[in-house]
Amino acid sequence: MTLTVDTLTEWMNNFTAKIAANQQFLSDLDTPIGDGDHGFNMNRGMAAVSQKLAEKPASVTAAFKTIAMTLISTVGGASGPLYGTAFLEMAKKSSSTTDLSELLDAALAGIEKRGGAKPGDKTMVDVWTALIPDVKTGNLTAEKIASAVEATKEMVARRGRASYLGERSRGHVDPGSQSSGYLFEAMLETKGLL
Amino acid sequence: MSLGITLVSHVPEIANGLKKLLDQVAANVSITTAGGTNDDSIGTSMDRIMKAFADNQADEIMAFYDLGSAKMNLEMAIEMAGKPVHLYDTAFIEGAYTAASLIQAGVGRTEVEDQLKELVIKD
Repeated sequence: MTLTVDTLTEWMNNFTAKIAANQQFLSDLDTPIGDGDHGFNMNRGMAAVSQKLAEKPASVTAAFKTIAMTLISTVGGASGPLYGTAFLEMAKKSSSTTDLSELLDAALAGIEKRGGAKPGDKTMVDVWTALIPDVKTGNLTAEKIASAVEATKEMVARRGRASYLGERSRGHVDPGSQSSGYLFEAMLETKGLL
Repeated sequence: MSLGITLVSHVPEIANGLKKLLDQVAANVSITTAGGTNDDSIGTSMDRIMKAFADNQADEIMAFYDLGSAKMNLEMAIEMAGKPVHLYDTAFIEGAYTAASLIQAGVGRTEVEDQLKELVIKD
C-alpha cells in the first residue's frame, strides 16, 4: 500500500488511458446536467500529465506536484481546480507518508474545501467518500466502484453546474463521479499499489 | 492604499464587456479581466487570473466572478497572489458595478462591502 514514483506513474497512465477511451461518454454524461465538456477537458489534462510524468520526476512529492499543476493549468472546467487540489494535497501529505489511504484522505479533504461540497450533493465527493474506506481495508472492487458511481444517479445536485437544474438533475450519473470512478479503477489495475 | 477590481468570467467577451460598462462610471479605477481558458475556450484559467492580479495597478483588489469554477480558480490564485485580493459572492454585474462606482467616488473597502452585502447570491 505504499506509493513509489513508478506505481504512481502507472496509476496515472492507467487513468489517462481510461479517460481517453471514455472522453465522449464523460462529455455525454455532462451534456444534460452540465456544459458537455468534462471528458474533453479531462482528456486534455491527463494527456498532458502522462507526457510530463514520462520525464521521470525525482520523488513522489515532485510527481504529485507536477500532476496537480498540470491539471490546474490545462483542464479549464471545474475539474481542473478540484482534481488539481486533490493532487496538491497528496503532494503535501506525501512528505510525511506514502500510505495511499492517508494520501487519499488528504485529497478528499482538499476537494471538499475547494468545492464546498458535502456527501450527498451529487459530486465526486460522493465517490471518494464511499471508496476510501474500501481502500483502507483492502476491499476495493470494481463492483463497489460501479455502485458508488451509480449511486449519484438518483441524487439531486446541490453543487456545481448541475445544481442550476435542481430536481431535473435527478436521473443522471454525475460526470465528475464517473471520472473519479475511473481513477479508482485505475488504482485497482495498478500492480503493487493497493 | 488604492483599490482595484478584477473580473473573472468563463467567456472573454463577458469579462471585457463588463469592464467596458464599469469604465464608463469608474474611469480612474484599475480594472483587469480574466476571461476564458488559456486557449480562449469557455472556462476559467488560474494563469489568466494571476496575470489580471499582476496587471492591476492597485495595491488591493476586489474580485468578482460569474460561476462556480471561476471561484475555485480565483481562490487558488488568491492563495498565490502577491497582494491582498478579496472575493465577493455577489451577482456578477451588479456587484462589480457597485464596487466600481463607489471606489471611483473615493469610498473605502469596508463601506463598499456594506453595500455589497445585499447583492450576495452565491456561496
